[in-house]
Amino acid sequence: MRTSVIPFGPQHPVLPEPLQLKLTVEDEVITEAVPALGYVHRGLEALAQNRDFHQMVQVTERVCGICSVLHAICYCQGLEDIMGITVPPRARYLRVIWGELLRLHSHLLWMGLFADSFGFESLFMQLWKIRERVLDIQEATTGNRVISGTIRVGGVSRDMDARQVHWIADQLTWVAHQVRQIEPVLREDFTIRRRTEGKGVLTSAQARELGAVGPVLRASGIAQDIRQTGYAAYGELDFEPVTATAGDCHARCMVRLGEIDQSIDLIHQALDRLPGGDIRSEVRGRPQGETLMRVEQPRGEVVYYIRADGGKTLSRVRIRTPTFANIPVLVKLLPGIFLSDVPVVVLSIDPCVSCLER
Amino acid sequence: MNGNTTTVEVRNLLGEATRLKIDGYRLVTLSGVNTGPDQVEILYHFDKDLTLVHLRLAASREAPVPSISPIYPAAFLAENEIQDLFHIRFHGLVIDYQGTLFLPREMESTPFCRYDRSETPRPVSPDPQSAKSAGGA
Repeated sequence: MRTSVIPFGPQHPVLPEPLQLKLTVEDEVITEAVPALGYVHRGLEALAQNRDFHQMVQVTERVCGICSVLHAICYCQGLEDIMGITVPPRARYLRVIWGELLRLHSHLLWMGLFADSFGFESLFMQLWKIRERVLDIQEATTGNRVISGTIRVGGVSRDMDARQVHWIADQLTWVAHQVRQIEPVLREDFTIRRRTEGKGVLTSAQARELGAVGPVLRASGIAQDIRQTGYAAYGELDFEPVTATAGDCHARCMVRLGEIDQSIDLIHQALDRLPGGDIRSEVRGRPQGETLMRVEQPRGEVVYYIRADGGKTLSRVRIRTPTFANIPVLVKLLPGIFLSDVPVVVLSIDPCVSCLER
Repeated sequence: MNGNTTTVEVRNLLGEATRLKIDGYRLVTLSGVNTGPDQVEILYHFDKDLTLVHLRLAASREAPVPSISPIYPAAFLAENEIQDLFHIRFHGLVIDYQGTLFLPREMESTPFCRYDRSETPRPVSPDPQSAKSAGGA
């Protein structure tokens, strides 16, 4: 049997960002996969040493365009924990609304790319059409389509009026209706099932062993979601983690599909219960101490370790993104599958190289 | 910091990691922090049922640190990253990028430390004692 090494990426049609996998193949079957990183590493963590701790909010939002709000929320929650700042209830609910809008558009974006990976172009375009409506809501409420720029240490910088609250609820009803129309295709379509079922199977034991996070973890039957810790206003809202048991590419897609419904429901709950009052607490003094803060992003758990020595800059900001946690999973999933299934399995973890190479 | 923190030394790091593995803890990640010209603090973060615990290790750039990747395979990426950015060497890594995970080999400084890389870092072989402890996991 002949062994070859095939470079998958860094430029590949299914990868919007540069990531290389060195695939060892015997005939058409993968026997080993080694990731090669570092094509776009930006050293953003080091910027913390020469940026004011308020300015770092802008930097953290730019770690990843898709998860921008949640990076900023995690960083700000870390500083608020160190400095003992109580965030006003209205700001906590607004953070939930923007965070869930972000999850919604991220999952729709991923599903479109996933459909594209097995050549389902019309589904790709349908899903991105729905995503545009979510981006319209973000633009109307924050001023930007993707990077909102509304999260601040101590709260948020923009508010919503009653008219916007009703308008968002109407728009989300349309989004939910559109997703329900597409759902049977994602769930039952013969071609999609043939391309995704039984591919890249991760058992619950392997998921724990390899430190999987997010939908990849939950698709293997483990109901862990960092939102269960109750950060922001999640402790006052009703939800259960969406799980599946098969652990394959189809199960990961189904978990994300379920999370779209869940996000819409959470936004409706937050809009209905949106309290009045201030949107930002006063920030006094300089941070001193250390903390580890976690937030559930669309791709899974993001971790910020922050250490401050009482100066206006921070001595360390360490960012562990969900894709960084899921790369060891990918290394485990690829051996044993056909080369033709590699794009589908790689996309099933929703890799974000921008996050990976902070 | 949220979660209990235990200070460990190089000699009992693998034993503590093994104990946490047996107790069902998941490795969240590792964090490196510069604490002196040749000193780096490495924090190992673990989670069980959404509760965090941390191990704190004072490491030196002069002496390699045993890798916990034979116990927690997910550690290999974070350890390689610390190797790149802080010029700390780990021995026993399941995949060792030799300081080139994120950085090109010709780099003479890293974001968190400056050093002369005129001499290519030597591959480190696992310490027989540590490898034996890790194998016992």
